[in-house]
Amino acid sequence: MTSNPVISAKDLSLTFQTNDGPVHALKDVSLTVNKGDFVSFIGPSGCGKTTFLRCMADLEHPTGGTISVNGLSPEEARKSRAYGYVFQAAGLYPWRTIGGNVRLPLEIMGYDKAEQAARVARVLELVDLAGFEKKFPWQLSGGMQQRASIARALAFDADILLMDEPFGALDEIVRDHLNEQLLHLWERTNKTICFVTHSIPEAVYLSTKIVVMSPRPGRITDVIDSPLPKERPLEIRDTPGFLDVAHRVREGLRAGQSYD
Amino acid sequence: MRSLLPILTVLAALLGIWYLAVAPMNIRVALDQVERSGAAVEPATSVERRATSVWRLMWDNSEHVAAGYALERPRLPTPAQVGGELWKTTGQMVERGRPFSKRSLLRHSWITLQSTLWGFLLGTTLGLLGAIAIVYSRVVRMSLLPWAIISQTIPIVALAPMIIVLSSQVGIEGRGVPKAIISAYLCYFPVLVGMTKGLQSPALAQLDLLRTYSASGLQSFFKLRLPASVPFLFTSLKIGIAAALVGTIVGELPTGAVSGLGARILIGDQFGTPLAIWAALAMAAMLAGLLVTLLDLLQRATLKRMGMQA
Repeated sequence: MTSNPVISAKDLSLTFQTNDGPVHALKDVSLTVNKGDFVSFIGPSGCGKTTFLRCMADLEHPTGGTISVNGLSPEEARKSRAYGYVFQAAGLYPWRTIGGNVRLPLEIMGYDKAEQAARVARVLELVDLAGFEKKFPWQLSGGMQQRASIARALAFDADILLMDEPFGALDEIVRDHLNEQLLHLWERTNKTICFVTHSIPEAVYLSTKIVVMSPRPGRITDVIDSPLPKERPLEIRDTPGFLDVAHRVREGLRAGQSYD
Repeated sequence: MRSLLPILTVLAALLGIWYLAVAPMNIRVALDQVERSGAAVEPATSVERRATSVWRLMWDNSEHVAAGYALERPRLPTPAQVGGELWKTTGQMVERGRPFSKRSLLRHSWITLQSTLWGFLLGTTLGLLGAIAIVYSRVVRMSLLPWAIISQTIPIVALAPMIIVLSSQVGIEGRGVPKAIISAYLCYFPVLVGMTKGLQSPALAQLDLLRTYSASGLQSFFKLRLPASVPFLFTSLKIGIAAALVGTIVGELPTGAVSGLGARILIGDQFGTPLAIWAALAMAAMLAGLLVTLLDLLQRATLKRMGMQA
């Protein structure tokens, strides 16, 4: 691994002031993500995994500690378009075609017309949506819409992909398929991916590093470096190695659980 | 076209009720006329008849009920009479080659339509600008919105004469401008409310997405907020244009205007010619229907182009 971490958080804290008193969404979170890592954040609701991701994206502002993205502050990283963000809902604009949706960030960032067309064609190919460029979102299934939203995040040259439960609303079968595709994509593009999920099998299947978090206050309870090989067919989920990692994740989740 | 049958059914029912209502509404006037022509009427005099219910009069004088359908100055004209008057003041005028004579409803409709469209343009522009200001500025939202709501609680008939007096005081000649202002006053509100909602309709995640692209305020307005508000815009415009027409007619009513559909209604009232009132009324209704239909067609075409099913 290189010495320059892509994401580096130290003692990161974020406290929301609410009418019921302060809520510690994140408390003293420290983590290093290296280039090319596929990092999953897993934990129950309220553990701060999404908040952590939003801090990296400069969508939330930490109240304590430091965080850097590509060695820059999150705001500088956002302005230099260092990352693509994929939300839980595909959030495609219904008035734009699939191609038009993928083109949106390119238009905003001022790419010229020919470059836009070339990039749209390339990333749609990458997520297996070639030929759907002229379709409108309502003409596509939920899984295809989410793939289009991933293409949108890939369209400009960010080497970090931040994904906030992108497959959370999809059924198991579609999800398996998309997980497999996402791994291929990661292999081919060599991006650094931070991936928030609720699902243990999904986290173990995808990641090189699994970050287990727990709520009240939101904190990291375990960081597991996956011993699984980079080449992962879906069947790997039935191997003892996979089950060992899943077991450790489950233990971590149980340890962090507070029954108050 | 599948909606044609239900619409025609409702229309037929309304016409049926209208025809039935003509008999009781006109029976007194009809009996007065029959009495003057020398026929026997029960009770015999107008004063006695006033103390009798219309149902009783119709029962006792069933042979004269038909007379109520052919009066020159009926309380309630039949649809056919209104249609006849409408033809006389539109189609017949065209046939005679004088489509814009002083008695022509085409001329009066055109005058009303002009004011309506100017008022609509003015009101829609104000409503749009107001909505943009409300969405982008907390100060404006807190200071402007309550006044916008209060403005709609003032009866327009009370306000209309003042607007006309004030505009003539500042040297504006003619009725065109004050009428357009009155019409804009009624029409800006639905646009303001609808577009405020429309411009705020994008979900938070969609605004966050634009933030991750470091999009500028203008970019997020033109690429997200404005297109997202289009369905709201058309709904507002349809309500707005109907309100603008009402505003113009109200602007023509109490102000001594001599032309326009509102003036025709007032003049018909003053000269006791109910047919003229009803014809002007029918014309106003058709005009409103036409304007809303045009906007509806525009909406369908636009949404279809934008890939959203209307």
